[in-house]
Amino acid sequence: MSLLLEMRGIQKSFYGNEVLHAVNFSLEAGSVHALMGENGAGKSTLMNILVGIHKRDGGLVEIEGQTVEIDSPAAAQKMGIAMIHQELSSVVEMSVAENIFLGREPVKHGLIDYRQMYKQTEELLETLHITLNPKTKMGRLRVADQQLVEIAKAVSQDARILIMDEPTSSITDREVANLYTIIRNLKKRGTGIVYISHKMDEVYTITDKITILRDGESIATWNTKEATNDMVVKAMVGRELTEQYPKRESNIGEPILELRGLTKQGEFEDVSFTLHCGEILGLVGLVGAGRTETMQSLFGLARAEAGEIYIKGEKVELKKPADAINHGIAYVTEDRKGEGLVLPMSIAHNTTLPSMKELSNKVFIKTAEEKSRTDQILSELRVKMANSKLAVKNLSGGNQQKVVLAKWMLKEPDIIIFDEPTRGIDVGAKAEIYKLMNEFVAKGKAIIMISSEMPEAMGMSDRILVLSNHKVSGELKRDEFSQNSIMTMAMQYM
Amino acid sequence: MKKEMTGEKSAAMKAQQRKNFIAKYGSLIALVIMVIIISLVKPRFVSFINLRNMFRLASINGLLAVGMTFVCLTGGIDLSVGAVMGCAGMYSAYFAQESMNQPAIVAVLVGVAMGLVIGTFNGVCVAYLKVPAFVGTLGSMSIAKSLTYLLTDAKPIPKLSESFKYIGGGMIGGVLPVPIIIFAVILAVCFLLLYKTRYGRYVFAVGGNANAARVSGINIKKIIATVYILSGVLAALAGVITSARVTSGVTNTGEGYETDAIAMVVIGGTSLAGGKGRLWGTVVGIMLMVCLSSGLDMLGVGAYYQMMVKGFVVIMAVMLDSLSSD
Repeated sequence: MSLLLEMRGIQKSFYGNEVLHAVNFSLEAGSVHALMGENGAGKSTLMNILVGIHKRDGGLVEIEGQTVEIDSPAAAQKMGIAMIHQELSSVVEMSVAENIFLGREPVKHGLIDYRQMYKQTEELLETLHITLNPKTKMGRLRVADQQLVEIAKAVSQDARILIMDEPTSSITDREVANLYTIIRNLKKRGTGIVYISHKMDEVYTITDKITILRDGESIATWNTKEATNDMVVKAMVGRELTEQYPKRESNIGEPILELRGLTKQGEFEDVSFTLHCGEILGLVGLVGAGRTETMQSLFGLARAEAGEIYIKGEKVELKKPADAINHGIAYVTEDRKGEGLVLPMSIAHNTTLPSMKELSNKVFIKTAEEKSRTDQILSELRVKMANSKLAVKNLSGGNQQKVVLAKWMLKEPDIIIFDEPTRGIDVGAKAEIYKLMNEFVAKGKAIIMISSEMPEAMGMSDRILVLSNHKVSGELKRDEFSQNSIMTMAMQYM
Repeated sequence: MKKEMTGEKSAAMKAQQRKNFIAKYGSLIALVIMVIIISLVKPRFVSFINLRNMFRLASINGLLAVGMTFVCLTGGIDLSVGAVMGCAGMYSAYFAQESMNQPAIVAVLVGVAMGLVIGTFNGVCVAYLKVPAFVGTLGSMSIAKSLTYLLTDAKPIPKLSESFKYIGGGMIGGVLPVPIIIFAVILAVCFLLLYKTRYGRYVFAVGGNANAARVSGINIKKIIATVYILSGVLAALAGVITSARVTSGVTNTGEGYETDAIAMVVIGGTSLAGGKGRLWGTVVGIMLMVCLSSGLDMLGVGAYYQMMVKGFVVIMAVMLDSLSSD
């Protein structure tokens, strides 16, 4: 195989902070190369340099042996480098074909030649074995299909180097299989693919090589066949993680929350369960089973049509989030950036947002108390930051999630709802979040955790409640947990 | 090698610091330079009388810009402030006529009440009825103008009571104009409101990410509605002061003031997208715009050219801000 890309000694600083120290990375034609590392390790920065979004401060980039200067995204595109971003950037009001040919529309007599455009799109999709109608509006496609369109677009631009940033983060298992087929196709065409992912099983299935970054340095590169899970994790975190799901003594007490027949047609139906003090209740089901919707209505973000909620034996009406918060409920949402944090606001101000009433007298904010409480909780949770006055958007994913946690911990809730608590977070931060969850229930508080990662659900929960097609399909105690029985229950009403 | 690296590092850091500095203080520096240049050419520019006139002008424009800052911080916009100002000016003048024989406070309250009503209307439209701010306040601008003209069939209202005229033209101790005092008090209150109370914190949060604010238990509709009420009331107050200052109610009071107010806010570095901005920046924006027109007047630049200059200044200020913030 021939060397397609070589990055040598890449350096980059932001705000005087060196985030990449002489990183090396190379990619062979017709291969898939995994780029792994904790959040903040420098993966995105390295790739953004490759696609011309950032300029490197030092080092060399060679494509097929030629030294190149990639000073803008347009230059990268010309050199055949394309990136499929985690957050897709298609124009939702335009068709598949219009998106693929955006900015390069075939023209006849000064007008867009739509017939030609649809024809070329059809041919393109066919060669990639993607079955989509070129005339469908992008916004009507599922995320997985939008992603395929972006890949097709990259291929149509003769991309020889394709970067995929966590391509499976929001697609189903069947769609993942489809994606693999397309990746294998691209390999045959000689395309080199950089595959950024946190998921070990994927990396083992689809990649040929693995490179690990840690703290802005390239730590190791192996052939995937020779790498083991332990090697990868150790290289990523710089230490051995002996216990991914830390053990704890369950001390389950009185019921604290009870749902009776909570119903909203088409979202969740007749959902009943009891949550106890000191308990972590796992809420498991396939995407679309109604887990998040149920929790949203518990938190007052949406109204249920029927059913009752009891907290500490008392019936409560939770019409808006403030009601739920006042009854001691906190909600760590699935979408950290969309609902968890006010990104342009400082870390400190994000942390105190739900607690402003307690931190104010009749008129003014008690500034000194606000500062001391914030400093205390942020250091307790070991949020890595230069200064709590910095905008929270500057933090890595794991640290942002810790700020979300800090903001609720400060409020001292009795119940925390975690919706996919470790999505998009690296192994090191994951272990810390798990530890914080355990410490929380050890104090006699309770957690409801929605999780799509089976090992996480089984490793952390005392009890698992399975939803299937909007209904509760079963409940398992810790000694009854098995991947099989959970999956069977999840499929029960499909 | 090591030495070279640290050298590069500090160079990059310095470049970033320089950018941040320009983003933060660019408008202030421009203001200072402008004042120095104009006063070198026309020493009269910094005379007590001229400064006092400028501050008095600034205190009327400033009321609108301060209210607009709150609105913009939530990601909204209030196009009705100029019309509200005119409307409040007319209605307060109506009750301030000598023939009405009412105390000045009644006229002031009537004017402010107009702002309260229209501001509440805006707030309800935008926050609760989901009308986009641009459209909602554009509509109320037209409604407010209509109310203004209907009152007297567009005729001016002369002969206002002496006590009312004092609000606009009076001097405390014979030197300090009343409008400046009013503005200073309002500005101080707004600073405290924005930076020292949880209401202010919520304004930033709602503008920065309304969903996250909602999940944090904040009543986002209430926050959004109230910024329009605040903006309406402050605009109305500006209208009352203007009527008192020009000693009559005139229907075209406040026309075009909304664009000036928006310009002052963005020159001050507040993002129209919400969540990001600063009140002292708006104060700089106010002074910059007022000094600019007064200075250009003195330099003999015609009013029609002044509009062009102002246009370029606004664009340049925002350009500096967005170029240095990425």
